[in-house]
Amino acid sequence: MNTIENVSRRTFLRGSVIAAGAFVLGVRFYPDLAFGDTLPHDTNADRATLHPSIFLGINPDGTVWIVASRSEMGTTSRTSLPLVATDELDADWKRVKIEQAIGDKRYGDQDTDGSHSIRSFYDAMRVAGATARLMLIQAAAQQWGVPARECETDLHVVVHRSTNRRSDYGELASAAAKLPVPPKGDLKFKSKSAWRYVGKGEVSYDLEALVTGKAVFGMDARLDGMVYASIERPPVLGGKVKSYDDKEPLKVAGVRQVVPIDPFQPPPAFQPLGGIAVIADNTWAAFQGRKKLNITWDNGPNESYNSDAYKIELRETSHNPCKVVRNIGDADAVFAKGGKVYEADYYVPLLAHAQMEPVVALAEFKDGKVTAWAPTQDPQSTQDIISKELGIAKEDVICHVTLLGGGFGRKSKPDYVAEAAVLSKKVGRPVKVVWTREDDIKFGYYNAVANMYFKAVLGANGKPAAWLQRSVFPPIASTFDVNAVYGGGGTLQQGWTDIPYDLPNLRIENGPAKPHVRIGWLRSVANIYHAFGVQCFTDELANAAGRDPVDYLLDLIGQPRTIDFKGVDYPNYGGSIDIYPWETGRLRHVTEMVAEKSGWGKRKHSKGSGVGIAVHRSFLTYVATVVEVEVDDKGEVRIPRVDTVVDAGLVVNPEATRAQFEGAAVFGTSIVRSGEITATKGAIDQSNFYDYPVALMANAPYQTNVSIVDSSAPPAGVGEPGVPPFVPACCNAIFAATGKRVRDLPISKLGLS
Amino acid sequence: MIQLKVNGAQQSFTGDPEMPLLWYVRDILGLTGSKFGCGVGLCGACTVHIDGQATRSCVTAMSDAAGKEVTTIEGLEKNGLHPVQKAWMQINVPQCGYCQVGQIMQAAAFLKTNMKPTDQQIDDAMGGNICRCGTYQRIRAAIKAAAGEMS
Repeated sequence: MNTIENVSRRTFLRGSVIAAGAFVLGVRFYPDLAFGDTLPHDTNADRATLHPSIFLGINPDGTVWIVASRSEMGTTSRTSLPLVATDELDADWKRVKIEQAIGDKRYGDQDTDGSHSIRSFYDAMRVAGATARLMLIQAAAQQWGVPARECETDLHVVVHRSTNRRSDYGELASAAAKLPVPPKGDLKFKSKSAWRYVGKGEVSYDLEALVTGKAVFGMDARLDGMVYASIERPPVLGGKVKSYDDKEPLKVAGVRQVVPIDPFQPPPAFQPLGGIAVIADNTWAAFQGRKKLNITWDNGPNESYNSDAYKIELRETSHNPCKVVRNIGDADAVFAKGGKVYEADYYVPLLAHAQMEPVVALAEFKDGKVTAWAPTQDPQSTQDIISKELGIAKEDVICHVTLLGGGFGRKSKPDYVAEAAVLSKKVGRPVKVVWTREDDIKFGYYNAVANMYFKAVLGANGKPAAWLQRSVFPPIASTFDVNAVYGGGGTLQQGWTDIPYDLPNLRIENGPAKPHVRIGWLRSVANIYHAFGVQCFTDELANAAGRDPVDYLLDLIGQPRTIDFKGVDYPNYGGSIDIYPWETGRLRHVTEMVAEKSGWGKRKHSKGSGVGIAVHRSFLTYVATVVEVEVDDKGEVRIPRVDTVVDAGLVVNPEATRAQFEGAAVFGTSIVRSGEITATKGAIDQSNFYDYPVALMANAPYQTNVSIVDSSAPPAGVGEPGVPPFVPACCNAIFAATGKRVRDLPISKLGLS
Repeated sequence: MIQLKVNGAQQSFTGDPEMPLLWYVRDILGLTGSKFGCGVGLCGACTVHIDGQATRSCVTAMSDAAGKEVTTIEGLEKNGLHPVQKAWMQINVPQCGYCQVGQIMQAAAFLKTNMKPTDQQIDDAMGGNICRCGTYQRIRAAIKAAAGEMS
């Protein structure tokens, strides 16, 4: 099958690729909703002859079915996790088939964000593979009348060397299925030297489908009898419809209905924003009908929001004492002694995800139950919000996960799937809600706008004798709690409370800010603004001290040690601080390595050219990045080269990891060059790629070299950690090239492009 | 009534002549390989060939496609994979993959006119195709690999 294989295979049994003439008609979903009260636990893995794990099953033909429970948005986790199970099973990857899980709590967490798919499911995959392998060995030993300890495996076969007997996994599946599932304590895991796939990697399971257009994204989901919806939403968050025209839209050919959606009750969380939906026979007719709605709005209190004034508010807050979230020594006492004080404000605006596939969802409400097909990062929270919106049980919501045309965090928020479910109930048909690019930009869950204030005095060797930093931004928590104004531990851990410098006097503060838009998380989240501020201010101080930036960084990081977070709310990205301690030695190592790989201090830079460095740990991964820029007389910035060194612990799929860091450099380029969402009178000013531009081939880094540290530490994240150090490294390079210090993003404010 | 050929098959359309070709091939013909990204011809995800020219189908009205031969990704290569698709697999270009159909259609049309493209020519030809995952470096390498195969 050329499409993403979903778990509830009944819905796909008659799905097929229909050849018609010289071309292919695309894949259709044919619903068959005859399941019972519980979720359809009928994956191919469940139905397989040998199925010792919810994640894995083996059939008598030797086919291994592996369930991908995490969403695929381009990080290749849909491939890499099954690869771990395949390796531990000692199976042949060519005989593995992957099926995509529906939302189902039996798979544990399915919220595919926070760069933790490999970290959190590596063990589960190993156990699934090792359990099946042991059962196959035991079955073979029984058949051959030999001790199991004399048997071993070798690429999809069990072998008894001394009698030269071999049996394919498929031949053993039925016998193995009769054995008890062994406890975890009985399992033997392969040694690193025996790994076939882990650490070597594989290309995406979906690669051919992706280059032939056969891959099914959310935008491509189809059901017989479905209608299309386009929704005009309140331009200001919390706004309500005063009046609208339901006659003119109906005159547009193909428009069937005009349907209001209720406004949400604060906090917004994942509720639909409300508005008026136009239902039509095709997407275009829905778009056209929507233009004739002629809605007047009651914008509500967020109409007071203007980005320019808000920036000044954030800055003023950050210039006054705020809540102390970590303190070492007594910075104020040092400041009181006098000496030259260095101060700086760093500012990052709201950012939108702008993933290539605008959010989109298909849902059918029928017989009191909902079946949805969506490019969602989190099918379980999708079940939750649909169940709340429609007043039905969570178990009565089936959420199929398609491939995602990018996610970057936007598709963790299932407001758009809830819209489709709400509309399907009102319309009595399957409804596909298609967001335009304008909708996607204007109704996002934005990465917070942030101002960071820094203050330092320098002591011996130009090292800071005292360092104060204050950040102020509307927190993500405000999307879920109307009273939340401070950053929580989970946000402040992201490059703020964990500044890795060995300083005698350090005070870290956070100030309050009220939101006026939905604040969400975007690839690397608060690390974006925190790393930008900390790493650029560090570069400023290195410059003030007359020190080489690499030497200065190493000096500030200090000797290898484990950071002590006693008394600090430091969740460590959900990882145990014992298993994932904050090790400054690893940060030093990537710093030294990137200096060497990039030829730091050894390459000559002509006028208008320069390099910058930044280092950062996020999602438990240590990264150092050197960016080279060339800035011409017109202020046009080119990025000929990026060198980045990654210590992500054990890396399952190096090829996919390199790709993530190449992509992170491009994502970071967009933040540096042009990323800015603003609001006027509460409404978002930007709308499409012409006023929210993202990096194109010509202005993206020409060559990004990624080096992966060979590490035996447990696996950490790779999807997000490339972004935070890239942004300050690039800005530091611009300073080296031009003498212009970037403190306000994007650089278009400096007249650079 | 509008007559056109899509992937070699004769089609006729009686709906709104202003409907963009993209929605015709996706919603009416069910050819969902061509993607919706921006709706205003800025991102290239919807790229198809019209009489061999790479064209943004999201801003091409059906009336402008009348009498034309349209090729979508589904019809790019009748037998197996096109050299550009092979190069995309060899270089392992896609991440999420959503934009890649448009990138491939753009590159395939471009390489027909220029078998030995320079970096600058590739930048120019691909300048209207956005990849938010950031696969540009691999796209450039794949175009060069495909050019080597095709020439």
